[in-house]
Amino acid sequence: MSELTTDDVHYYPAFLQALLEDHSDDATVAALLRQPAFAVYRNTVFKGCVDALAANYPAVQRLVGSDWMHAAALAYARDHLPRQASLIAYGEGFAAFLAALPAADELPYLPGVAMLDRCWTEAHLAADQPMVETAALQSALVAGQDVRLVPHAATRWHHDAQHPVTTIWSANRTDPAIDPGDIDWHGEAALFTRPQAEVQWQAISHGACRFLDACREGQPVTQAAALALAQEPDLDVAALLGRLLLAGAFTAFTFN
Amino acid sequence: MTTHTISAGLGLKPQHFDAALACGQAGLWFEVHPENYLMDGGPRLAWLQAIRERHPLALHGVSLSLAGPDAPDPDHLRRLAHLIDRVEPVLVSEHLAWSRIAGHYLPDLLPVPRTSTTLARVAANINRTQDALKRRIALENPSHYLHMEQHAWSEPEFLQELVRRTGCALLIDVNNVHVSACNLGIDARAYLDQLPAADIHEIHLAGHSADVSLPGLLVDSHDAPVAPVVWALYQHLITRIGARPTLIERDGNVPAFEQLLQERAMAADLLASVAQADAEQAA
Repeated sequence: MSELTTDDVHYYPAFLQALLEDHSDDATVAALLRQPAFAVYRNTVFKGCVDALAANYPAVQRLVGSDWMHAAALAYARDHLPRQASLIAYGEGFAAFLAALPAADELPYLPGVAMLDRCWTEAHLAADQPMVETAALQSALVAGQDVRLVPHAATRWHHDAQHPVTTIWSANRTDPAIDPGDIDWHGEAALFTRPQAEVQWQAISHGACRFLDACREGQPVTQAAALALAQEPDLDVAALLGRLLLAGAFTAFTFN
Repeated sequence: MTTHTISAGLGLKPQHFDAALACGQAGLWFEVHPENYLMDGGPRLAWLQAIRERHPLALHGVSLSLAGPDAPDPDHLRRLAHLIDRVEPVLVSEHLAWSRIAGHYLPDLLPVPRTSTTLARVAANINRTQDALKRRIALENPSHYLHMEQHAWSEPEFLQELVRRTGCALLIDVNNVHVSACNLGIDARAYLDQLPAADIHEIHLAGHSADVSLPGLLVDSHDAPVAPVVWALYQHLITRIGARPTLIERDGNVPAFEQLLQERAMAADLLASVAQADAEQAA
């Protein structure tokens, strides 16, 4: 019976190599790998990653089915092992991974749908913050003060220039399946907020996204409105601001 | 001791949240993996706090990697300490296993050779954890699947030595003892009989299953009711050491909450009869 001393530093990386590559140059780990039960560890590690991705990307999973999702999630996990102890937010780069995945070419809207799953997760996990005081904001705006609106920690939005991702995502998160023939095929955007306990979402326009982008960048509200109108000339900015406040998109405003 | 006034508890599943919140059974408590509640805010954390207002809660970590090559992640320890401040758990536990290497987290409880080198490193990691959390933690025996020639200590001896060096407590998973004993050909009762009674603060019970492709191998799958053989080992253990907070874990094929409560009642009944026998003997 030999005590591990100098070999100790090799044991852990060798075990990781054995999990990932089914091979080990380390004598101790090679002896473990020869035992069929080593597969239990490999299965558990990757099942943990795959299950977490399936849980965090439910609309993607529903669109592609569990076999396809399992294969894609396994490929993602092999290249992107979790970097955090908690798997509740695992898969940050899954949408970009899908965009580069040849097998996903037939579903060009899939990365956009994955982005919306990600928005939901981030909105769900974000810090608690108060909502902006609407009356104070209105007073400031009526007084002609140009303020900066600060998005709430839970507010997320995403615009897809080509695909109706909000319609597809929403149908696959909540509603019965929709007939693709019924979809008006153009770009769409979605807004996620958490005004009370639960995450809520709604379709928003491209101009609305530009307005929110500008707020996040710290632009004053007049500048944000100008940028939104440049994007979408017939946008009713006052109505948009009303909708965003009602949705709980902002936590505060600051004076210039 | 406050840790001994709670009886049998259940692993808390999100789908059982409403039923768990409403349940008023005496001595009932719940346990969660803190990793599932380390978010900054939002509804899940609010659920956990609501449960905590009605029932005792324990935190059972799976990712501190105490037997790993590195010290516990200081950022993870800070977040865990913050959660502990928030929910004031009755018990905090972790595993004699590793899962983190070079910044990567492997979602499993990986084995390590039980040598004097590992002993020193695990002891140092338990001390760091107990210092950071400002409390005693309980260490759980994982399930084993592999024969390792390098083991210089039996697991009960290794656990006992860690208790001696760090002042940590033990969480004994009786199902893991059974699974390991079957897979490695050791005697489960002899294993349990070697453990220091006073240091066992919590017991886990769960179901296991036979591996689908490897005949004779048992897997700690948590997807079935507790097996009769595990109930028998549990009774054997508590008859010797006395009643301890006991948790039923269920992570796969999760049945209705009422069904888990029935299984929990079996543990509560055994605990009550052991406590009564001990009281009669003392009288």
